[in-house]
Amino acid sequence: MIEIERLTKRYGRKLAVDDLSFQVRPGVVTGFLGPNGAGKSTTMRMMLDLDNPTGGSVRIDGRHYRELAEPLKHIGALLEAKSMHGGRTAYNNLLCLAQSNRIPASRVSEVLEMVGLTAVAKKKTKGFSLGMGQRLGIASALLGDPEILMFDEPVNGLDPEGIHWIRNLMKALAHEGRTVFVSSHLMSEMALTADHLIVIGQGRLLADTSMAEFIHENSRSFARLRSPDRERLRDVLHAAGFTAVEAADGVLEIDGATTEELGELAAREGLVLHELSAQRASLEEAFMRMTAQSVEYHAHSNGAHGPGPGPVQGWGQPQRPAPGHLPGAGPGPEPGSGPASGPGPGPAPGTGGGLPAAGPRWGERRPDEGA
Amino acid sequence: MTTPPIPSTPSTPSIPYQQRAEGAPADGYTSPIPVRRAHFGDALLAEWTKIRSVRSTLWTLGVMVALMLGLGLFIALSLAWTDSGYPEQTVLPLGFFGVMLSSICVITLGVITMTSEFGTGLVRTTLTACPSRTRVLGAKSVVYFALVFVISLMTTTLVGALQTSILNGPPPTGNEWLQATVGVSLFLATLGLFALAIGTLIRHSAGAVTIMIGLVLLPPVLGLFMAGSPWLGPVRDFLYQYSIPMLLVSLYENPTGLPGPSGWWSLWLMIAATAAAMAGALWSLHRRDA
Repeated sequence: MIEIERLTKRYGRKLAVDDLSFQVRPGVVTGFLGPNGAGKSTTMRMMLDLDNPTGGSVRIDGRHYRELAEPLKHIGALLEAKSMHGGRTAYNNLLCLAQSNRIPASRVSEVLEMVGLTAVAKKKTKGFSLGMGQRLGIASALLGDPEILMFDEPVNGLDPEGIHWIRNLMKALAHEGRTVFVSSHLMSEMALTADHLIVIGQGRLLADTSMAEFIHENSRSFARLRSPDRERLRDVLHAAGFTAVEAADGVLEIDGATTEELGELAAREGLVLHELSAQRASLEEAFMRMTAQSVEYHAHSNGAHGPGPGPVQGWGQPQRPAPGHLPGAGPGPEPGSGPASGPGPGPAPGTGGGLPAAGPRWGERRPDEGA
Repeated sequence: MTTPPIPSTPSTPSIPYQQRAEGAPADGYTSPIPVRRAHFGDALLAEWTKIRSVRSTLWTLGVMVALMLGLGLFIALSLAWTDSGYPEQTVLPLGFFGVMLSSICVITLGVITMTSEFGTGLVRTTLTACPSRTRVLGAKSVVYFALVFVISLMTTTLVGALQTSILNGPPPTGNEWLQATVGVSLFLATLGLFALAIGTLIRHSAGAVTIMIGLVLLPPVLGLFMAGSPWLGPVRDFLYQYSIPMLLVSLYENPTGLPGPSGWWSLWLMIAATAAAMAGALWSLHRRDA
C-alpha cells in the first residue's frame, strides 16, 4: 500500500507535481498514466525518496521511505533502464544491492534466472541492449521479493515477447497480493495490464478510477454505415430520428445506435448496405482528449494529433473492433481506389468486403487515404 | 564491445511461491525470505563488492603502486650510481616524489568512486536500496580509505626499505619511519577522501578531478609567481606553506625552514579540511535530489 498525500514538487517557477493525492492498493495492477513531462517520473522518484518533495508526504505501508531499514524487501523499483554501472557484471550489480539489504546471495542467481539473464550473468552490463538492461532492472526490483513493486515505463525497449512476458509478470505479481504500480504514457499498454488507473497531466490528478469504469465513461461507441445510395440512406436515417455524421469515403457515423436497429431499418427500407459495423473510439483517443489541456510538448506537425473523431492513425491501438470489421484493413479495396500498388494483383475491383491476404504494407496504401 | 548473446526468455513468468496465488489475497503479500535487519556492516560489504568489481580500481591503484615503486627505486639507484650518495641526511624523504605523483591516481579513484554512481544513474539504485545518505557516504568512505591506506602503507614501507638498503645514509629514527610510512599513507588516503567529498559535491568526474588537481598544484605555482612582489610576501608564504605538496613534504622533514606546519601537524590539518568537505558532501546528499 502506497499513500500519497498532497505531494508537490516545484523546480524554480515550474510546478512539476501539483498537490497530488492518491493511494495504490495491493492485489491489483495500478497504471500511472500521463503524457511526457506530466510528472510521472518525478512522482515516482519522490515515492522512493530520491527527490525531496516541496510539500506533502509519501507513506509506504504507513512509514516514510527513510524509516525502512531494508527497503528492497518492502519495495522494488525499476527506474529508467540501466541505472547500473556498465563496468560491472550483471551478477555483481545485483550482488552489491543484495548485500546492502542482507538478502542472501543465492537470491541473485534466482532473479537472474527469473528474467532470463542467467546466460549473461557474468557479462558487463555496458554491452547490454536496452531490453536486457530493462530485464536487469526488473531483476533488481524483484531481488528482495518485495510486497510493493514500481515500474517506470517497463515495456520501453522490450521486444514483443518481452512485452508479453512483463505484462504477465505484473499480473501474476498483483495476483499474489502485491501492490503493483506501473507508469506509462501509452494508454494501449495500460488497457492490457492495469486494473486501476491514475491519470495525471501537468502534475495534477486527472482521474483515479478503475479501468472498467474508465473504458465505460470514455470510449464513445458509434455505428459505421456505408451505402451506394447515400442520399436515401441519409433521408431514412433522418426520418427515423438518427443523427448521422458524414465521415470520409462516404461513410456515415451514427452515435449511440446499435447495429441491430440500423440493420433492421435498412432492411425495412430495402436499402443496400456495403458496410455496417459497430465502432468504439480508442482508449488512446479518450486519453488524449482527457490530457489535451495538459500536454506539455506538442508536436506542431500536420495536426494529426487533434483528438478529433475517427480512429487515430499510428498509435498502434486497434480500436477494439467489432466482429467482422478489421480496422487495420479498412473498408477493403474499392473500385478505383488509387493505383493498384497493393500486394500482388489484389482482389478484383468490385468484390468488396474481401480482405487483402497480406494486408496493406506500410506506406503503400493507407486504408483511409485511398480516395 | 560486442553485445552478449540475447538471453532466452522463460516462457512463463516463473515467480516462485505461486502456490499462494489462488484466491488472490487482498491483504497484501508476505515474502518467505526472512527479514534480517541490515546494518552498517552490510553497507560496507556492498561497497566493498562495488569497489572491487570495477576495472578502474585495479588500474588506478596499479598505477599508484607503479609510480611509488618506480620513482623511488629510480631516484635511489641513480643517486647510488652517480655518487656515494646522500651521506648527511636520511634517505626516506626520497620517497616524496613517487608519492606526490601517485596522489593523482588516489584523487582520481576517490572522485570516481562517487561520480561513477551519479554518471550512470546507479546512485538512484543505491539510494533506493539504502535510503540513509549518511550510511552510503560513510560506507563508501570507510571502504575507500581502508583500501588506499593499506596499499599505500605496504608500498611506502617497501620503497623506504629498498631506499635505505640501496643508499647508505644515517639510519632513520623510529618517528621518521612512522611519518614516512603510516603518516604519508594516512595523508594520501585522507587526500583521496577529500576528492571523494568533492566528487559528491560536483557529481561530475572530469570537473571534480580538475578541481582537485587545481587545489593540489595551483597554490605552489601561484606562490612562485608572487616571488617578485614584496608586499604579496605574506600571501605567498601562506600559499606555499599550506599547499598540499608542502604539507606532504613536511611529513618527511621541514626543508623550508619556514614557520609552517610540520610533521604530524600537516596530517591533522589535512584531516580537518577533509572533515569539512565531508560535512558539505553529506549536506549536499541530503538536500539535493538524486
